[in-house]
Amino acid sequence: MRGIADIYAQQFKVTLASFIQYRAALVIWLIGHVLEPLIYLVVWSTVSRSTGGSVGGFTAADFAAYFIVLMIVNHLTYTWIMYEYEYRVRQGTLSPELLRPVHPIHSDIADNITSKLITLPGMLAIAALMSLIFRPAFHPVPWAAAAFVPVVLLAFIVRFLVEWTLALAAFWTTRVSALNQMYFMAMLFFSGQIAPLELLPHPVRVIAFVLPFRWTVGFPTELLLGRLTPGQVLAGMGMQFAWLAVGLVLMRFVWRAGLKVYSAVGA
Amino acid sequence: MRYLRLFLVFFRVGVLGELSYRSNFVMHLIESIMELGTALAGLAVVFSYTSTLGGWRPAEILALVGVYFLVSGAIRMVIQPSMERLIEGVHEGTLDFTLTKPEDAQLLVSIQRVEIWNITDVVLGSGVLAVALVRLGANVGVSEAAGFAAALAAGGIIVYSFWLMLATLAFWFVRVENMLMIFSSMYEAGRWPVGFYPRWLRFMLTFLIPVAFATTVPAQALAGRLSVSTLAGAYALAAVLAVLSRAFWRVGVRRYSSASS
Repeated sequence: MRGIADIYAQQFKVTLASFIQYRAALVIWLIGHVLEPLIYLVVWSTVSRSTGGSVGGFTAADFAAYFIVLMIVNHLTYTWIMYEYEYRVRQGTLSPELLRPVHPIHSDIADNITSKLITLPGMLAIAALMSLIFRPAFHPVPWAAAAFVPVVLLAFIVRFLVEWTLALAAFWTTRVSALNQMYFMAMLFFSGQIAPLELLPHPVRVIAFVLPFRWTVGFPTELLLGRLTPGQVLAGMGMQFAWLAVGLVLMRFVWRAGLKVYSAVGA
Repeated sequence: MRYLRLFLVFFRVGVLGELSYRSNFVMHLIESIMELGTALAGLAVVFSYTSTLGGWRPAEILALVGVYFLVSGAIRMVIQPSMERLIEGVHEGTLDFTLTKPEDAQLLVSIQRVEIWNITDVVLGSGVLAVALVRLGANVGVSEAAGFAAALAAGGIIVYSFWLMLATLAFWFVRVENMLMIFSSMYEAGRWPVGFYPRWLRFMLTFLIPVAFATTVPAQALAGRLSVSTLAGAYALAAVLAVLSRAFWRVGVRRYSSASS
């Protein structure tokens, strides 16, 4: 256990150093994360104004609150591992990681958490600025805010496991970009990034309930906004645990199978 | 005429180069279709709640989506790869070979690389645009079509000049690729009419990162809402940026020391 703690501490320093080195990359990444929720915030506010103030129970201020919270939640649970694995496998940089006596997922988790810690203040500042501009209707409910903490943590773990496992597709093919894009498009729809899931047609909502996407982004968002009943929250956490179990099993299985086909070309 | 022939030559070289990687075409096509599918599904959701959006009818927004894909495909096919190559050339000194050729070097660097598979976006965008035109039907007359063509041409000049200015910064600074990336990521905002955005963002998308003239304004023309003053403004900006980018290029080349060659 101490060994792993040391690894996390060391990864923290490494990530910090590389962040200080690549500041411009940070800006680009930030624009991507802010622009998308901002676009849909504006579009849906326009819709609600076009239809006399409210769409399916959402006013412009509700949309503002939804997309600003969504932006933060997405930021907290986001990973970029799928872009990275293709490079690691193709260039063979994965090989030294395999020689270490711990599972490589640990350094990825540590890297992810460190990046989040560094960028979170900036993200919160942007959220505050957007709140000043768009005047969101934000009425936090104490129990929901308390439940948000474990829910968003679970969301992070589930999303990390799913995307880390998916990233392993790089072991079998060098063309992961089409697969990645398919994943992101599904994510956009079923996680609630395009619109609150309540506004989507019934079949889409049913699919979203089964798939992991909603439980990693939309669910924590709706919870923090106080739009869920305690029963819905319990059901949601049940789905999160179910996907956590599925993710763990899949991850171990795919990782082992992937290592067998990995030939370390280019290393 | 000679410039057109030059462009066709580079185009053919680009095609020949990429033909060795034919499966890339299928990949690009799948990705383009998915992107377009998501955009259209998003529109379907929005318009299931309202019949007009900020004064735009569904067919008009559809036309905008078509223009968006068309323009972004053109950028990704020619402008972006060529500008990236230009930056590379400045860093590595390979720009020498271009400068010694007996043609206008600015033209040569602007069309030096064609990533032909991105033509899938151009084709799909044109398809969407055609569907939108059929839906708009009789509302699109000769004047709308002419306005559209004029606005699209101005938008093209603006986008090209802007990219060239960014790329020529490579003559002075080292890491310029990131700035190109910023433009690419901001471009996504052009999928919706810029009139929807708050004033500060609309200003940014019009003047700082001129997305508006490449997407919203041509679509406005098709919808019959393009005022003469907007079109004149587009051409004024196009002229200013074209002259400015030419100046950037000239001064930059004079500074160019072909350091690493």
